[in-house]
Amino acid sequence: MIPSLLLEETYLEGSAIMKPPRFHYCSPRILDEALTLLDQYGEDIKVLAGGQSFVPLLNMRLAAPAYIVDINHISELHYFETEDGYLAIGAIARQRQIERSLLVQEKHPLLIEAIKHIGHMQIRNRGTVVGSIAHADPAAELPALLTCLNGEVLAQSMHGERVIKAEEFFTGYLTTSLEAGEMLTEVRFPWISPQAGWSFIEFARRSGDYALVGAMAVLTPALDDTCMSANIAYLGVAGSPMRAHGVEKILVGTKLDAQTLEDAAGAARDIVSDDMQDVHATVEYRRELASEMTRRVLKQAWERRERQEGAQ
Amino acid sequence: MQERDDDFSLCVEECEIAVTVNGNRYERSVPVRLLLSDFLRHELHLTGTHVGCEHGVCGCCTVLFNGEATRSCLMFAVQADGMAITTIEGMAGVNSELHPIQQAFREKHGLQCGFCTPGIIMTVHAMLHEHPDPTEDEIRHELSGNICRCTGYQNIVEAVKLAAERLRAPQMEVE
Repeated sequence: MIPSLLLEETYLEGSAIMKPPRFHYCSPRILDEALTLLDQYGEDIKVLAGGQSFVPLLNMRLAAPAYIVDINHISELHYFETEDGYLAIGAIARQRQIERSLLVQEKHPLLIEAIKHIGHMQIRNRGTVVGSIAHADPAAELPALLTCLNGEVLAQSMHGERVIKAEEFFTGYLTTSLEAGEMLTEVRFPWISPQAGWSFIEFARRSGDYALVGAMAVLTPALDDTCMSANIAYLGVAGSPMRAHGVEKILVGTKLDAQTLEDAAGAARDIVSDDMQDVHATVEYRRELASEMTRRVLKQAWERRERQEGAQ
Repeated sequence: MQERDDDFSLCVEECEIAVTVNGNRYERSVPVRLLLSDFLRHELHLTGTHVGCEHGVCGCCTVLFNGEATRSCLMFAVQADGMAITTIEGMAGVNSELHPIQQAFREKHGLQCGFCTPGIIMTVHAMLHEHPDPTEDEIRHELSGNICRCTGYQNIVEAVKLAAERLRAPQMEVE
């Protein structure tokens, strides 16, 4: 006997059983319409952008929203623009578009480097930058980079808009401070000073997999060629992307000599949360990785800095 | 692109779509949760697009969506409304002569069981369109989103090199 569940879900002469759960779908053309829907359905509605993380969740039935609003036809969200202080990316700009942009390649090479580590080409063709931020996977590249650079996001709703700092936006595993009725419409990646050196390194078992651990650093030299400011963040080390303020403090004011590097690499071990233990790696292994990645990104970033004139 | 005139607030479970696949226009009514991969296979009976993991990892279901290599298992059929899709069935010529990429895979034995091959061919098509002269490293990198469990990739890489060479040849004559 065929279970009634199968009968109910059978489609087209019994040929296909659909994996995603039932939902109602709408694909508005303007943002206000989408925000109206979000306001109307609150917790029961989810936004579909590139779908490269969301559709797998639907296929595995880990997500089952009653309503889905597809924002792919909202052309006013299809942009990326240079602003004073940051690169603004709209909600349906594809990762691949940013990756191909000569402007971004020239002005934000660290963002390009991070994007190239995301999944595979087919995923980046469809996946959006803002969607990756909204999904808030702690092992993903872009949430960690936004945290590293102290970037911001723009959340809009029927009742207004607010700008949220990255560290206040990511609140836990796949969890953000976005509220029901709000939509993430823009992400802002701060520019890096032309003198700063940067590095982005991650360790994954297979090309395109989520990394076990990744590290990124931006180091800005002062006039006397000591480290004036340091931004360091990690992915895959806790429930959220983590900025390592403790490691940064060790570096500021130094010339990144061998002892400083070792101190920083040691401090980086503490960034790995005690519960980061699974079939892929033990906590201890992740701590080793975080430590070694720290050495590597700091060396590479410091080598890439532009020495100030007059520096010894 | 076709404009739908439905009221935006009308959230539907079933939707009329018009999709161009391999140059042919199809009009169908589909449940909104029907995946594009299942639409191609079960509604249009284009079973060359294979389905492996159905969460974007294996690459078997790769098709060209408006020219870009895309996972058809991570899209809904309704999202293809008004769009142009190319599947493996659209690769061979009008008289069934193989596409140069298919011919190269055949000559270089770039497949064994063949399950992953349609997705790989579509990926390679997009890759060679963007980078007509890829290095071996670039080929291997671009293929990383397509999992083959038989070949060890050696002959696939050889086939891609041969296809790239042949696809470049006519352009060189013109220049």
